[in-house]
Amino acid sequence: MRIAVMATCLGDAVAPQAVRATVELLERLGHDVVFPPGQTCCGQMHVNTGYLREALPVVRHATEVFGPVADGEWDAVVAPSGSCTGCVRHQHAMVARRGGDEALAVRAEAVAARTYELSELLVDVLGVTDVGAYYPHRVTYHPTCHSLRMLRVGDKPLQLLRAVRGLELVELPDAEVCCGFGGTFALKNADTSTAMLADKMSAVLSTGAEVCSAGDSSCLLHIGGGLGRLRTGVRTVHLAEVLASTEATQTPSARSLAAGVAAGVPRTETGEDPAADPTEEAPV
Amino acid sequence: MSTTDLPTPTVRPAHAPAGTGHLRGTRPFPAEARDALANTQLRRNLGKATGVIRAKRAAVVDEVPDWEALRRSGSAIKADVMARLPELLEQLEAAVTARGGVVHWARDAAEANAIVLDLVRAAGGDEVVKVKSMATQETGLNEALEAGGVAAWETDLAELIVQLGDDRPSHILVPAIHRNRSEIREIFLREMPDVDPDLTDEPRRLAMAARTHLRRKFLGAKVAVSGANFAVADTGTLSVVESEGNGRMCLTLPETLITLMGVEKVVPTWSDLEVFLQLLPRSSTGERMNPYTSTWTGVTPGDGPQAFHLVLMDNGRSGVLADPDGREALHCIRCSACLNVCPVYERAGGHAYGSVYPGPIGAVLSPLLTGITGEDDVNASLPYASSLCGACFDACPVRIDIPNLLVQQRAASVESHHRPTGQDVAMRAARVAMTSAGRFRAAEKGLGLGRVLGGRSGRITALPWPASRWTASRDVPVPPAETARDWFARTRPGRER
Repeated sequence: MRIAVMATCLGDAVAPQAVRATVELLERLGHDVVFPPGQTCCGQMHVNTGYLREALPVVRHATEVFGPVADGEWDAVVAPSGSCTGCVRHQHAMVARRGGDEALAVRAEAVAARTYELSELLVDVLGVTDVGAYYPHRVTYHPTCHSLRMLRVGDKPLQLLRAVRGLELVELPDAEVCCGFGGTFALKNADTSTAMLADKMSAVLSTGAEVCSAGDSSCLLHIGGGLGRLRTGVRTVHLAEVLASTEATQTPSARSLAAGVAAGVPRTETGEDPAADPTEEAPV
Repeated sequence: MSTTDLPTPTVRPAHAPAGTGHLRGTRPFPAEARDALANTQLRRNLGKATGVIRAKRAAVVDEVPDWEALRRSGSAIKADVMARLPELLEQLEAAVTARGGVVHWARDAAEANAIVLDLVRAAGGDEVVKVKSMATQETGLNEALEAGGVAAWETDLAELIVQLGDDRPSHILVPAIHRNRSEIREIFLREMPDVDPDLTDEPRRLAMAARTHLRRKFLGAKVAVSGANFAVADTGTLSVVESEGNGRMCLTLPETLITLMGVEKVVPTWSDLEVFLQLLPRSSTGERMNPYTSTWTGVTPGDGPQAFHLVLMDNGRSGVLADPDGREALHCIRCSACLNVCPVYERAGGHAYGSVYPGPIGAVLSPLLTGITGEDDVNASLPYASSLCGACFDACPVRIDIPNLLVQQRAASVESHHRPTGQDVAMRAARVAMTSAGRFRAAEKGLGLGRVLGGRSGRITALPWPASRWTASRDVPVPPAETARDWFARTRPGRER
């Protein structure tokens, strides 16, 4: 399949390791991945903060950039994010209609019909649950709110994780409860957000997992930011990174890259190294 | 080209006027929540109570095989009611009148309160017993009656606790949810004149104390005031759904019964009740069926109150009905399932919302009813009191898309600004950056400067305001050396598309 990757603004600028992993995973599965260079943001921040008028040109831009999928130039668009996929699918047409642009709404719906979150693409479209990954770690999985309740991905991410060799999956208590991120909610209601984060962190810590995984870099930035602040020794890794990981990427040199990087979203120095996933637990 | 302005007679439905009732607090949600979050007893009481109700609700909802079909029916009935509300209300008025009741129309809270006060006075009473009612909480009826020399006694146990404690309700269904039984015992010992001084905090002892206290009120009062869960337009029948039996006492013992209800509570026929009487108790108290469902139609000679008045109140509802992006909020049947599943409500509690309608539905209903007057309106903060996690939609028995309503009310909040706020400026700048790949890349380059903040540790622990609100409790990873697009362009040249 010819698949366009929607990096998302956050994925491009702050969490590129999840985007790289998405590209590498799909290429490993034999697909042709393209990166539409005009892409910026889906507009979710504007929409969910109430800036529906400001969101309109952002939605228009995103619909133009990913429009070729509606014309059959690509077979699918994939985003390593439940909330950005949710915005495309459930909010783009609403923003367009509210702004009086029916043609844009119709076009946005056509793009949305072929835009998928990663686990949806893998399980529903590509029909694969064992992606040939190897990830020898104790992992707990947080189902992000928008993947769970906007997209209804259900247990697709868990199906994928259960098929990963070496991975020990531990159930997260109260998994379906929000981590408290909520986009600008984390800033506008920082105290309540932190109270929610505290409960999510204690649930994560109760599992004894080394890695907390999820399908949204934004939520992982929040959970990982809290786990890192408290030097818990638990790090956050995007589902795409787990699935992209193989024996080849779990080399000593790959691990050394991660040394010194604390819990949270890991940093990689260059794009050359295949180590999208640092595997050493961070020093605490 | 010229246009001619014709003097088109337009009546814009009014919002609930400020000044009367309890639809607006005094401080914005984040400030109220900050204080509430520090109240450890509140956190403990709420966490425990909402957890228990959530588990009970989940169990009794899961056992209903056609729950989703019931939700869709409830939603469809409400959509039908909203589409022909004027017609149904007139039908209700005619049916109530035909059965010996008297119908009054109140445009707002002040009119509703004045009508009730006049009726109580005309009935010769100086005190009333009350059935738990959100409508009368909304209008501040108790205070209005007190100002008019009439004492109002709340008879629902939790409302009684709130009233005796000189407190405010913090939950639609369980208004004293923020209190535990030790606190309740203290309130009873302090405020009930003839209470047993050896009262313990055993639930049964507390309930018996309340029962003794209330029994005298039931037998003495000549007038009762209630709200309504439903009003059947077809027959003029009113219905109250409750658990304790206090409502049944109020609805049957006094000579005069006055019911105050919001106009959106009407349903077309009895068969519609069949849907809601299944949805409501399971969603609210987590019971298969509530213990007391009272229905009454006008006046029945020799049985029950011999005078019945129905006050139909608008108080902003027509304005909500006129708003296509908001009218779904009127479908609410006040079950409070959305409160119990909301992670924000569970931690901040009901008082933080200011209005008598807290939680996710309150965060949209309150600003819809009052309107948002500008950036300084405390109700402008309510739609933001949510992480948009969507748990409320899944719990709602009539499938109100609360997350979408929250977004629409955020838009109403933004569009009410009289002058640009810092947030407005930031969002405009973000829009400019996000509508061009070139400008977006330039912004990313600026973000890359953040690498110096992290030093060699790989994390940033402090940032200036407003990002300090993030770094107060979470680290930030140092921006990566290479964006995803640059990595792709470098490693896969010519394959961007």
